[in-house]
Amino acid sequence: MTISLHGLTKVFTGGVRALDSLDLEVGEGEFFALLGPSGCGKTTLLRSIAGLETPTSGTIAIGGTDVTALPPGRRDVAMVFQDYALFPHMDVTANIAYPLRIRKVPRARREAAAAEVAGRLSLSELLGRRPGQLSGGQQQRVALARAIACRPKVFLFDEPLSNLDARLRLEARTFLKRLQDELGVTTVFVTHDQGEALALAHRIAVMDAGRITQVGAPAEIFHRPATTFVASFIGSTPMNLLPGRVVGGGSGRALHVAGAVLPAPPGLPDGAEVVYGVRPEYADLSATPRPDGFPGSVAVLESLGPSTLVTLESGDRLVQVVVPEGEEPSIGAPAWAVPRPGRALVYRDDRLVGPEENAEAGGRT
Amino acid sequence: MNAVRHALGRIAAAVFLALVAAFFALPMLWLASAPFDAHPSITVSIPEFTLANFRAVLDNPYALGSIGNSVIQAGGAALIVVVLAALAAYALSRVRVPGRDVLLYVLLLLSSVVTGTAAMVPIFELASRLGLIDTHLGVILVVSGGLLPAAIFILKDFMDATPTSYEESARVFGASPLQILRHIVVPVVRPGLATIVVWAVASVWGGFLMQYILLRDPAKSPSAVILYTLYTEGGQPNLDLISTFSLLYSLPVVVMYLFVSGRYGFRLHGGLKQ
Repeated sequence: MTISLHGLTKVFTGGVRALDSLDLEVGEGEFFALLGPSGCGKTTLLRSIAGLETPTSGTIAIGGTDVTALPPGRRDVAMVFQDYALFPHMDVTANIAYPLRIRKVPRARREAAAAEVAGRLSLSELLGRRPGQLSGGQQQRVALARAIACRPKVFLFDEPLSNLDARLRLEARTFLKRLQDELGVTTVFVTHDQGEALALAHRIAVMDAGRITQVGAPAEIFHRPATTFVASFIGSTPMNLLPGRVVGGGSGRALHVAGAVLPAPPGLPDGAEVVYGVRPEYADLSATPRPDGFPGSVAVLESLGPSTLVTLESGDRLVQVVVPEGEEPSIGAPAWAVPRPGRALVYRDDRLVGPEENAEAGGRT
Repeated sequence: MNAVRHALGRIAAAVFLALVAAFFALPMLWLASAPFDAHPSITVSIPEFTLANFRAVLDNPYALGSIGNSVIQAGGAALIVVVLAALAAYALSRVRVPGRDVLLYVLLLLSSVVTGTAAMVPIFELASRLGLIDTHLGVILVVSGGLLPAAIFILKDFMDATPTSYEESARVFGASPLQILRHIVVPVVRPGLATIVVWAVASVWGGFLMQYILLRDPAKSPSAVILYTLYTEGGQPNLDLISTFSLLYSLPVVVMYLFVSGRYGFRLHGGLKQ
């Protein structure tokens, strides 16, 4: 089922504008992520789709039907809460069967349905246990089973992986992606973890201050973040964002950024102020002076396992570069960070101006 | 030297604790022995065993009936208190009302006055105008009013400790407010409800003043009031009857406490839940 939101606004008593006339379309069967820092309105948006928050204005439609005025129970959605919200006084069977109990399905049939869903999520051994006797991962699967058992049109997950420890989180992520793929039910989930959004979602909406800053596929969001906010939010190592200026005109035009002279994208006038962005993964370290490299001295080395994050310092300015194993420079040595052609992003007035999409597409694998 | 001082200190502490324990244990021992003694006195002694005192209590026209009255009044008040306090605590815990905490504290403060001596006259006046003198209902309403604020205060703590996501989850599955209350909220706060029931029953069971004022007819008086009437013709306390009746009077509350404690476990420690 598709979800369409039009002009959705939510102002809480006290004047906090959590959602600001927001428009969004989620396609049939899509696994859709709402990504943003805490307080950006992503959870309010999810709760509005569930019906737990009443929007101040705007409409919500699920499968083409306007559900803005419907109570949560009549929207045919299932929500998995961040704390899973398993009922502590019911065993696993009763928890999974609870939505069916509300629908007055006879006990024998709903218990059979619960056992079937539980079997699918490898919970068969645990049917008689109480939530307090389950591990975090098992609780999460029970919460998922309960959502699946009511066969909704739409799944809503609120920070589905945040209550799991780091190791389990990776397993659960793979599990969740495969499950959504098998079920093929439209799913919207909220996360503040960019890695989770990139890994799970078909499409991502990056939110900031109640608005959607960018919507797109993970690769698109990663490679062409529309604003410097998205650029700095996405990526496991923060993107280098350096102020720069266009110098010269015609064929001699160049960008002067942090001591480096770099090719300028077309269409920028002489003297234009820009922000130059390059991910640490998309820059190389040179030990010899380069005109197209950011100079600095090696200040910090952080091992990332198969590679090392090097921080170059030059005055107040920090530039980070990822170097492969075995090529780490020594602390204090002079070095130049050279952005790879076609991987760098240029922002003017906080909008992406270059490189152009087709030029960039050639560099994408 | 130090070891001796340490040992002496331990002995002194043990003796002191034993004396304190004996001080509190004596009335209990008396309660256990006197009813079976042919000639009970106010001292504790090995009884000359007899069950005659129980026969005497059964012969008293009001004794057994008064235990029934206590059951009606304590049960009625506990029911009203637990139902109303649960609904009020749930609402106060879930709805943001301005000045909510102030309201609770003021109620708590007033409740110590409502059942107290200060409000005796107006309460009697009110009850007599409403025709509630000499009725079980009158006693039940007045004592419930006194217990409610503290009950709401305690239960609100239990409600606050229950995550709202339980209810929201049930709402998304389509449960109605009443279903949420029945399926989720009541079972989750059941230990709290049990605590309130026991506490209310024990308070009303031991309550004397309001019952004494509001009830004229000894056939409607609860045990706490009847206990006060067990005197000999000479005006002396009738210890045969008092001791035996006290034992019968205490047993139901002790049994209830053990039952509820065994079933739910008490969550009340030092006044507030842990």
